[in-house]
Amino acid sequence: MAEFRMPSLGSDMEAGTLIEWRIKPGDSVRRGDVVAVVETRKGAIEVEIFTTGVVEEILVPVGEQVPVGTPLATIRAEGEEQPPPSVEATGRATVSAPPTSPAATTARAAAGATRLRVSPAARKRAAELGVDLGRLAGSGAAGAITLDDVEKAAVARPPTRPAYRAAGMRQAIAAAMARSKREIPHYYLGTFIDMRRALDWLRSENERRPVPVRLLPGALLFKAMALALRQAPELNGFWVDGEFKPGAGIHPGSAIVLRGGGLVAPAVHDADSKSLDEVMAALRDLVQRARAGALRSSEMSDATITVTSLGEQGVETVFGVIYPPQVALVGLGRIVERPWVVDGQVVARPLMQATLSADHWVSDGHRGAQFLALLDRLLQEPERL
Amino acid sequence: MNEVQIRDIVLDALSAVTPDADTSGLAPDKSFRDQLDYFDSMDFFNFVVGLHKAFGIDIPEADYPRLSTLDACTRYFKTKLG
Repeated sequence: MAEFRMPSLGSDMEAGTLIEWRIKPGDSVRRGDVVAVVETRKGAIEVEIFTTGVVEEILVPVGEQVPVGTPLATIRAEGEEQPPPSVEATGRATVSAPPTSPAATTARAAAGATRLRVSPAARKRAAELGVDLGRLAGSGAAGAITLDDVEKAAVARPPTRPAYRAAGMRQAIAAAMARSKREIPHYYLGTFIDMRRALDWLRSENERRPVPVRLLPGALLFKAMALALRQAPELNGFWVDGEFKPGAGIHPGSAIVLRGGGLVAPAVHDADSKSLDEVMAALRDLVQRARAGALRSSEMSDATITVTSLGEQGVETVFGVIYPPQVALVGLGRIVERPWVVDGQVVARPLMQATLSADHWVSDGHRGAQFLALLDRLLQEPERL
Repeated sequence: MNEVQIRDIVLDALSAVTPDADTSGLAPDKSFRDQLDYFDSMDFFNFVVGLHKAFGIDIPEADYPRLSTLDACTRYFKTKLG
């Protein structure tokens, strides 16, 4: 019997609230299926399962907040015998099984068996009010549950869970960053990169591309950084149990600020071997899903390094704090026109400051400097990215 | 297509990329960026893709600065759609 537990979706997460089950006892699940939605301080995250088998029992009902590691459900792995029913198991299942009221069945059937259609605003409000989405029949398009449905449902009874997200998020970030600064001996490097070639190449490339497949400078930078990391394995991985474990692949996390408060850095898997178009598509998809509250647990937990592009908000330089257990963070500033000397002449050039914060337990400034120099070189040949 | 219809389509495209923000009270003459916290280049990119799909016309990158406010978008597509 395998247990499906509340996952850790980052070093700053201590607990999560179960807001939706997409499985019920008796359902077959496969490794990689999204089986639940968990509300964390980073918003609603779709949680995948890593076992293939049949759902035996749901242990935690919708609306309950539990610490990381708590068993949420039991799964009978493929080939395992079904255990004889016991009084204890039956009793427990009755208490904690998800609702099977007619309304819930209708809502699920209307939404295509397992996938509830819920607007992000309705999902957020439901979590705040402790409303079980599985019990609602949606009145929106295609049976979608709307904000109005949630608020009507909540009138019947008092709220069971306070809105803790905004204030809690600040606290969670502070705790993780205090730990980072206490335990990780950071060093910081920065360099100006002349972006003229990269931007010229992008402009001509985008002129011949239709709107949906154009590229942003961010995609170019992300790909170049992933390629540079191949030569700097000490910056890509985790510090676990007193030693460095190199990342199994290059999975940089892209820091995205959420409007509801908070920060997520979901990973782009194997960014170094993806084409520029694939990197662009992946980044687009992550931003859209982060906004809609539909990120996946695997993306949240396995980034091997973080990239922050605070330049988007106008700053020229950002020296970030490493997100443990990662060992490095790359900061990308705004691209600005500045006087620059080329062949003895002062000329106007679009410059970007790239920075590196890295962990002295694992690497030193020499290695970090090589990484930034390689990033610069790669960006001078954008057509090869 | 009249101005009201254009404006509605623009607002729909904007809401689609900012489902977590309230776009109903936007000042029509102020930039989206200044009014929508954290509206970054990727959000803008997704917004332009939405506009491209909805109106079915090419939008050259050089025209992107003309899509920074609700009023500007309305003017742009009114001219383009003639």
